[in-house]
Amino acid sequence: MGFISNFFKGSENSSDVAKNRLKVAITSDRAVCSPELMEQMKNDIIEVISKYLDIDTEGLDIKVTKTELEDSSGTINALLANIPIKEGSRNFRKR
Amino acid sequence: MGEVIVITSGKGGVGKTTTTANVGTGLAMLGKKVVLIDTDIGLRNLDVVMGLENRIVYNLVDVVENNCRIKQALIKDKRYPNLYLLPSAQTKDKTAVTPEQMKKLADELREEFDYILMDCPAGIEQGFKNAIAGADRALVVTTPEVSAVRDADRIIGLLEANEIGQTHLIVNRLRTDMVREGNMMSSDDVVEILAIDLIGVVPDDEQIVIATNNGEPLVGSESKAGKAYMNICNRILGEDVPYLDLEETQGFFKRFASIFKK
Repeated sequence: MGFISNFFKGSENSSDVAKNRLKVAITSDRAVCSPELMEQMKNDIIEVISKYLDIDTEGLDIKVTKTELEDSSGTINALLANIPIKEGSRNFRKR
Repeated sequence: MGEVIVITSGKGGVGKTTTTANVGTGLAMLGKKVVLIDTDIGLRNLDVVMGLENRIVYNLVDVVENNCRIKQALIKDKRYPNLYLLPSAQTKDKTAVTPEQMKKLADELREEFDYILMDCPAGIEQGFKNAIAGADRALVVTTPEVSAVRDADRIIGLLEANEIGQTHLIVNRLRTDMVREGNMMSSDDVVEILAIDLIGVVPDDEQIVIATNNGEPLVGSESKAGKAYMNICNRILGEDVPYLDLEETQGFFKRFASIFKK
């Protein structure tokens, strides 16, 4: 039966669904920071970066994700920060 | 000097106690001197799975509280004279024993036994901390289900944080028919997610239920689970044992169907 339904469905089967859900859940489980700590860190990052760049604090996004190593030998958890710089601003301020 | 192995999982009901009973019995069958410790204080399980529930006089708490000597509390197995059980207490709770006491006990048993197997309770609280306190290595048991795998990942993190030397994975109750249909994660999927080394894959086998009913671990028997457990024992001893082909012999039509599924 399984093969017939898979054949017609042509989409993900339930073991793939399980695997993908687990990967997402485990990645956030493994993140060393609690949401409160992440928020604090985000504010600190904004403070530091703002000294040097005009950044769009609204569009700023930081998260811990699993990232493929450059030599494809495996994956590691990495802090990913997406920090948009405001358009038209002089990027490097003179201090 | 003996080696202390903790069998743990995080989630309950995935087969820790069955694994402890079968791996312990298997190691004894291979000629090792083995002691199994039920560290789940308050809930006795391992004694009934081993079929030794009628022989209990003293228990783990009696030993750590010095109400008796270790030797008095150890129960000799029915079938293998080099296999012993230290049962847990039913009247106390997990706080009756500390990690320090467990470590001391493990170190004393090391002198006498080749393998000391700690059957860990579910959860990550005091009972878990007690069970891992003296451990040199860990066997993490999981089933191919999202809840069990997620908990296993937490446990692996905690084992790493506690600097347990080696951690290996046992994927339990795998159903090859469901894996083939794409409705159960394979052992490879689980290994990929958890990123630790596999030491065994045990198929879902109704013989396990029968063996547990009878209080006689089925390791070493001709059943698929019995063979899988014996392979785990040999791998613990450092042998390179190939993995079983868990697929049933397929009929022509099934094989035909599986070609189309690919």
